[in-house]
Amino acid sequence: MVEHTLYSIGQYLPEIVITATLCIIIVADLFIKKESNTTGWILIAGMLIAGYFTILQSGRAESVFYDMVAVDPFAVFFKSVLVLAGLFIVLFSMNSLELESYKSRIGEYYMLIAGMMLGMMMMVGSTNLLLMFLALEVTSICSYVLVGFTKRSIRSSESSIKYIIYGAVSSGVMLYGISLLIGVTAATDIYAINEAINAGIDQTLILNLAVLMIIVGFGFKIAVVPFHFWAPDVYEGAPVTIAALLAVASKIAAFGMMVRFFSVTFIDSAGFTSAGVWSAIDGIHWDVLLGGMAALAMIVGNLTALMQDNIKRMLAYSSIAHAGYILMGLVILTSEGLTAILIYLFIYLFMNLGAFYVAMLFMNKAGTESIEEYKGLGFRAPLAAIALTIFLVSLTGIPPTGGLIAKLYIFGAAVSAGWIWLVVIAGITTVISLFYYIRVVRNMFFYKPEDNTPQLTFDLMSKVILIALLVPTLLLGIYFAPLLEFARNSISMIGF
Amino acid sequence: MELLLAQSVIEPGLTHFLVVSAILFSLGVMAVLSRRNTIMVLMGVELILNSANINFIAFSRFTELSLDGQMIALFVIIIAAAEAAVALAIVLNVYNRFKTINLDDISLLKG
Repeated sequence: MVEHTLYSIGQYLPEIVITATLCIIIVADLFIKKESNTTGWILIAGMLIAGYFTILQSGRAESVFYDMVAVDPFAVFFKSVLVLAGLFIVLFSMNSLELESYKSRIGEYYMLIAGMMLGMMMMVGSTNLLLMFLALEVTSICSYVLVGFTKRSIRSSESSIKYIIYGAVSSGVMLYGISLLIGVTAATDIYAINEAINAGIDQTLILNLAVLMIIVGFGFKIAVVPFHFWAPDVYEGAPVTIAALLAVASKIAAFGMMVRFFSVTFIDSAGFTSAGVWSAIDGIHWDVLLGGMAALAMIVGNLTALMQDNIKRMLAYSSIAHAGYILMGLVILTSEGLTAILIYLFIYLFMNLGAFYVAMLFMNKAGTESIEEYKGLGFRAPLAAIALTIFLVSLTGIPPTGGLIAKLYIFGAAVSAGWIWLVVIAGITTVISLFYYIRVVRNMFFYKPEDNTPQLTFDLMSKVILIALLVPTLLLGIYFAPLLEFARNSISMIGF
Repeated sequence: MELLLAQSVIEPGLTHFLVVSAILFSLGVMAVLSRRNTIMVLMGVELILNSANINFIAFSRFTELSLDGQMIALFVIIIAAAEAAVALAIVLNVYNRFKTINLDDISLLKG
C-alpha cells in the first residue's frame, strides 16, 4: 500500500512541480520588487520543468493512486499541449498593456494561472469522478478570479460575475448528475462504473438523467450550444490574455476530460466499435444528441459571429463554432475520430492563440478592439496584419494552413463513419465563417490609413512570439506527418 | 396501508432521501432562474450543491458505495465554501462598479 502510494507520487511529478511553482510564486511575491516580471519567469520555469517531466512519461500506460489518475499517452499529449498553451499565455501577459496598471498585484495573477494549469492537468489525467469534479472546480475557481482581474474595468467586473453564476450553476448540475451516476453504479472510478454499466443497470432512467446532467457541465466548459451564453460576454470583458487562455487551454482540457469520460465509461465489453460505445446504455441516442449540439454550435456560432464588431466577441463566437467542429470527433468516437480531435486541438492552439495575440498587440498600440477601426492597420503594421490574416485564414480552413488539415481530418472521419448530414452542415458553416474572418482582412488592407497616423512598431519579443505562433500554423499545413503520427500514438487510453 | 405508511415514517429508506434531495435541487434551480438578486442566485447554487451532497451520503448509507460517498460530500462542502468566497468577492467588486447587484441592471455586454 505504501509502496504503491510512493510509486504513484513518482508518476505525478508534472502536477507536483506546478503545485510547488504556485507556492514559490506566492512566497516570492512577498519579497521581490512589485514592478518586475520575476513571478512570470518563475512560472515559465516551473512549466518548462513540468513539461520535461510530462515528456518523460511518454510511452507509459499505468493507473496510479488506486485508479484515481491515469498516466497514459492520451494524458501525456494533453498535458504537453496545455503546458505549451500556458507558456504562450504567460509570455503574452508580460507584453500586455492592459495588465500594466495592475503591476503591483501581478504575482497573484501568475499564481492563479499556475492554479489553473494544475486544475487543467488534473482534468485530463483523472479517472475518478470525484477527482474529475475537483479538477474542474480548481480550474473554474481560478478562472473566475482571473476574468475579473482587471477589477477597475467595469466590463471585466460584469463578465466575471456572469461567468461565476453560469459556472457555478452548471457545475452544480453536473455534480448532481455525478451523484446519481455514482449512486446507481455504486462506484466512483470510471473503470468500475464501466463494469457496472456493462453488467446491466436496472434504473435506466436515472442513468440517462445522470449522463444528461454531466453533459451540462462539460458543455459549459467547452462552450457549446446550448450552454454557450457566457462565452461572448466573458471573452469580451476579460483581459485578452485570459480570454485566450479560456478559449484555448481550458477548452482543450475540457475536451480531454470529456473524451476520456465518454470513451472509457461507456465502452461496450464487446470492444471498440462506434456503435458499441454509444449503445452501452439504452434510452437516449447519445451520438445523435451530441451531433445535434455540434451542429447547433456550428450554426449559431458562425451566424452570430457575422454581426460582431468587437474582435474578442467575434473570436468568442468563432471558438463556439470550433467547439462544434471538434465535438464532431467525439460523436464518431472511432480511433479515426479521436485522432482527428487531437490534430484539431493541436492546430487550434496555434491559430487561435495567434489571433488573440494580434488582437492584443493592436489593443496595446492602436488602442482599439473594434473591427471597424482596424481600417488601414495593414499599412501601419504590416507584419502583425499579415500574421492576423494567416491566423484567420487558418481558422477558416483554407490551404496552405494548418486549419485545413484540422478540418480535413475531422470531416474525413465523419464521412467514413457515415455522418453525412453533420459534414454537410459543417461544410456550409465553414463557408459562412469565411465572410466574417475576411471582413477583418478587408478592413485592414483595403482602406488607406488616415493621413499622419503613425506606423505601429513592436519590440523584438512581440515579433518573436508572433513568429513562434505563425511558423507552426503555416508549417502544419504542409508538413503534418509527425503530428499525425503523434496523435495516432496518443489516442490510447487505459481501459479503452 | 396505514401500517406501511407508519413503517416508512419510522424507517426512512433511500427513496426518502432521494426525494428530499430532488426537491432541494428543484428549489435551487428555481431560485437561480427566478431571482434577480445575485446573492439569492448564489443561495440557489448552494441548494443545488447540498442536494447533491444529500444524494452522496444517502447512497453511501444505503448502497455498497461505503465511505466513498461521505468522503465526496466533505470535498463538495470545501468546494462550495471556496466558490462562495470567490463569488462574494466578485459581487462586492461588481457592487463597487455598478452600485447595484441586480442581475438585470448588470448588462453592458450585449450582442
